[in-house]
Amino acid sequence: MSTQTKLLKTYAPPLATFGAFIGVWYAVHYFILSENRKFIVPPPHAVIDNSFLNGIARSELAEGLVNTGRIALFGFLIASVLALFGSVLMAGNRMIERALFPYAVALQTVPILALVPLFSVWFGPTRTARIVTCVLVAIFPILTSFLFGLKSVDSGHQDLFTLNNVSRTTRFRKLLFPAALPSIFTGLRIGAGLCVIGALVADFFFSRGDLGLGRLLNNYAKRLEYEKLFGGVILASALGVAIYILIGWIANRSLRDWHESEARSA
Amino acid sequence: MTEHFEPEIAHSNNAARLEFRNVSMTFPDGTEALKEVSFSVAAGEFVTIVGPSGCGKSTLLRVASGLTTHSNGECMSDRKSLGYVFQDATLLPWRTVQRNVELNAELQGVPEAERRERARQAIDLVGLTGNEKKYPKQLSGGMKMRTSLARSLVMKPSVFMFDEPFGALDEISRERLQDELLRIFDHEGFAGLFITHSVPEAVFLSTRVLCMSARPGRIIADFSIPWEYPRQHDIRYSPEFAEMCGKVSESLREAHA
Ligand SMILES: Nc1ncnc2c1ncn2[C@@H]1O[C@H](COP(=O)(O)OP(=O)(O)O)[C@@H](O)[C@H]1O
Ligand SMILES: [Mg+2]
Repeated sequence: MSTQTKLLKTYAPPLATFGAFIGVWYAVHYFILSENRKFIVPPPHAVIDNSFLNGIARSELAEGLVNTGRIALFGFLIASVLALFGSVLMAGNRMIERALFPYAVALQTVPILALVPLFSVWFGPTRTARIVTCVLVAIFPILTSFLFGLKSVDSGHQDLFTLNNVSRTTRFRKLLFPAALPSIFTGLRIGAGLCVIGALVADFFFSRGDLGLGRLLNNYAKRLEYEKLFGGVILASALGVAIYILIGWIANRSLRDWHESEARSA
Repeated sequence: MTEHFEPEIAHSNNAARLEFRNVSMTFPDGTEALKEVSFSVAAGEFVTIVGPSGCGKSTLLRVASGLTTHSNGECMSDRKSLGYVFQDATLLPWRTVQRNVELNAELQGVPEAERRERARQAIDLVGLTGNEKKYPKQLSGGMKMRTSLARSLVMKPSVFMFDEPFGALDEISRERLQDELLRIFDHEGFAGLFITHSVPEAVFLSTRVLCMSARPGRIIADFSIPWEYPRQHDIRYSPEFAEMCGKVSESLREAHA
């Protein structure tokens, strides 16, 4: 197959979907909504005009994006590192696992959002409060995936390492970690999306502190500035997608030679 | 339960590199897997244990290698220099053939330059030269098993254990790997302990064939196979070979009637 047809086959389907989406968007605005309700779905070009080409809105949105992105990224890093430590501890010691894992599962069902006002009482409308929200929203799904990976190591491989009398660190570095890598990336992908949600939601609750996308969305909605609201939504989505793609790229680099999930198609 | 023999017993059987004395093994759930198993394997001996599935063959190897502890009796083996080939190739999918073959040496601290060289020789010995950069998923079943063999060969084991290594292969690859294993055995002179449920495989490879009863596994017959090494592949078609297989099968049949 020539490179051109290959590129076409790779990019044409998602581009077609994107085109269809924009088409539906326009159709909703021009053909479905009645005249006095058209403002609730502004057409794409108006969104671009009013949010990305308008100087004030643009700098406002850029500031929000940077602040929210920074919180999401920090939260994501902290959640990942904590999840890694937690899962290694639990995978290495049955008692610790029994003591902690039930809570890790139970806490996933706690609506963390309900706790956000509490964090703002404890930490003030600070970055700390926002990062804590992010971490709590994201950490448990990441931890569960990590732990699943570390515990699903093939028992034959375990025996092989046992026969070589390896230390725990060597077993971790040369067996558990690489074997768990596919699950680790799954956890990171889920966590990346959740961290953006966490950062946005924390921001929604705080009317003080750094200006983030969450508060902007809230403000635009209240002021009925729907073009800007759509712009903010697009940026927030793009942030999640960007982190997701970045992790996907790293996963692909590390797994494509040997793991089916990232295998290069022939 | 002691890991080592009293000096006089060890002395009386000097050449044994692996010895079982009345070894019994019961799993925590009460499953009796082995019952008073006794045998020994000396350097230059290739002992094969045949028995139906579920009779305790893998358990016997796991006890011999120290992966599992037995409940009763004495088990002596040279665990410092032990080769173990599993039923599956157990290659690490994220390592190339070369790096898989180096694994045991790497885990036991053999310096990099030396383990490279040893891996190269082992890869050559199993006939995989040219495939060093491939990943396990690019290999056929036979090639995976060769890689697994090479991984153990790198450490030049004095006791070499095999748990039905060719069980999953087609007949043609299986016979070819048997031929190569014998060539390697002749070349390296380890003490071999091989597990299989195939009677012809047992007879073709071994100096001795032990038959195991159904669970709990006991040794119920012991055949010496007289042919010299290197054995030619076509002894499989000789009348003596068929006769020997017949005897072994007969004793297994009696035990499982
Ligand atoms: N961990 C275990 N706990 C309880 N029973 C087991 C365990 N492992 C194996 N067994 C049982 O012990 C018997 C012998 O198993 P195994 O040695 O694997 O047989 P073989 O290799 O001859 O097929 C089987 O009946 C099996 O079900
Ligand atoms: Mg078995």
